[in-house]
Amino acid sequence: MFRMFGATLLLAMREIRRHLLRSFLTTLGIVIGVAAVVTMVTLGNGVTASVQNQISSLGSNVLIVLPTRGSGSQVAWRPFKEADVTAVSEQIAGVEYVAGSVSKNVNAYHNGQVWQTSVRGADMAFLLAQSMQVERGRGFTSAEESAGKDVCIIGQKVEQQIFVAGIEPMGETMRLANVPCTVVGVMKERGTSGGGQDEDNQVIMPLKTVQRRFTGNNDLQYFVVKYASGYSGTAVQDALVQLLRQRRLLQAGEGNNFNIIDTAQVNQAVSAATGALTAMVAAIAAISLAVGGIGIMNIMLVSVTERTREIGIRLAIGALAREVRMQFLTEAVVLCCFGGLTGLVLAFALSFGLSKAIDVPFMFSPMVNVLSFLFSALMGIAFGYYPARRASRLDPIEALRHE
Amino acid sequence: MTPPAPPLIELEGITKVFGTGDAAFQALRGVDMQIESGDFVAVMGPSGSGKSTTMNILGCLDTPTSGVFRFRGMEVQALDRDQRSLLRRRYLGFVFQGFNLLARTSALENVELPLLYRGEKKSVRRAAAMKALDQVGLAPWADHTPAELSGGQQQRVAIARALVTEPDVLLADEPTGNLDTERSAEIMHLLQELNRGGITILMVTHEAEMAAFAHNIIHFRDGLVERIETGKDA
Repeated sequence: MFRMFGATLLLAMREIRRHLLRSFLTTLGIVIGVAAVVTMVTLGNGVTASVQNQISSLGSNVLIVLPTRGSGSQVAWRPFKEADVTAVSEQIAGVEYVAGSVSKNVNAYHNGQVWQTSVRGADMAFLLAQSMQVERGRGFTSAEESAGKDVCIIGQKVEQQIFVAGIEPMGETMRLANVPCTVVGVMKERGTSGGGQDEDNQVIMPLKTVQRRFTGNNDLQYFVVKYASGYSGTAVQDALVQLLRQRRLLQAGEGNNFNIIDTAQVNQAVSAATGALTAMVAAIAAISLAVGGIGIMNIMLVSVTERTREIGIRLAIGALAREVRMQFLTEAVVLCCFGGLTGLVLAFALSFGLSKAIDVPFMFSPMVNVLSFLFSALMGIAFGYYPARRASRLDPIEALRHE
Repeated sequence: MTPPAPPLIELEGITKVFGTGDAAFQALRGVDMQIESGDFVAVMGPSGSGKSTTMNILGCLDTPTSGVFRFRGMEVQALDRDQRSLLRRRYLGFVFQGFNLLARTSALENVELPLLYRGEKKSVRRAAAMKALDQVGLAPWADHTPAELSGGQQQRVAIARALVTEPDVLLADEPTGNLDTERSAEIMHLLQELNRGGITILMVTHEAEMAAFAHNIIHFRDGLVERIETGKDA
């Protein structure tokens, strides 16, 4: 039995080698199908991972509160005040801390260099909630924060643009517009935020400093609420809505003129959406795999007709119907497996290249690769069975007469 | 006293009808014959006389519509497809008019083919195939493909393929039909020699010269055995 199988396998390989171009064209459908499915799933996983990464960089157990215009109202955009932050942190249960932030576009000057950037007013609590980390140097002290000192932590892009490479910028004094400040730290690289802002191109100063020296008021562009892990985000969110509606003097029936983003919810929603998208694209790609299977069936039928005489000879010298069936089935499966393997190699190269190109992590999944390969082998069985059965049912006398 | 051994092959009242209803055609109308082990029988007759149908039934490639077919004393007329395959594999060797070798496959591999279906291992297959090729005088051509061999050589490869399983019966369907006189004589001498070695040969031919090599000649006409010429000793 095993010997027979080995011989059948060798025979199949030889037949495939004999018609190399035809075999290649036949399997092209499977190659493309497998490559498409695996590439799509790999890229989809990469995109999901990348998006999840960005969202979790907003911090966990964090609500982000932004002012909006409110529904259908002509009322001007109303910023939050320091007092709102204080009220939130004092009146809502489960809140660990609240931290606001403002930012403004400015030019940075140092050593004769100019660079267009923005200054963000934010205290260490804000940076913590947003998972922003100081890579070198130090963060602000609470004394610096409460006194509104002229100290700053710069983003990596700012460092590259206006400081001399290789020399630590700590202790250097630079100028933002006409405000001098002393560099105390450099932020860890972070890339572009979900909102499309380059977070490496900014200079961070204590909130009070920026409010006093750049914006001239104590308004907040937005603030983050970090709640303790024992509390549910929804409960905190509900309490927050109540309090803010009251503080912003909204009547019942009037829409909120602010927006609360729950990072956990966003994460879930985005993951579900990208997952569904990946599944859909993979399903479309799987159609090409099925079309490839039909190609296999077509060529196997041609092959059976072409080799009718050979089948007659085999049957005449004593081959059993199932042995002939096995021979053709093996050929179809071997073809599909070759196609599948080629597809996997192609998919590896494609998904590696594309994930570099669109800047998402390369998420090689052994599971997807193995499943796709098995599926292509299954296609061989599914689409090779009918031609193989047809071959095995030929009448040896008729088959021998076939020209 | 041992009972007399049954004939190797025995046909009793074999009929064969192709098609049904108005299109039915009765190819055989009750064929009786006996072939002893070691015989060399030529089957002759005009086309449509039923000689090919009889050969197909004797070769277990086809089944009779009615009648009894005994092979080594065993009734085989009702065997199913796979059982007939196994019987062919074990006891019968075939030589065809058109040689019917696998193209682009060496002589040696062609000869090995029947052993593959017997599940012999490679070394056994190789040795037996080389021996069979040697028997037909083609050992030096073992690596050649059919396209590189002459018609006579191809037919000898086909004979080696039929011999490799050491069958009881060699069925040859117009084995010289595609060959010139000289090659035909060579093939017939080879068959004669093999027959002397003990193998039973059944050969369909329409050439009296070739039939003359056989011990007995069975003449077919209109689906029946017309007459049997016997007693020609080699």
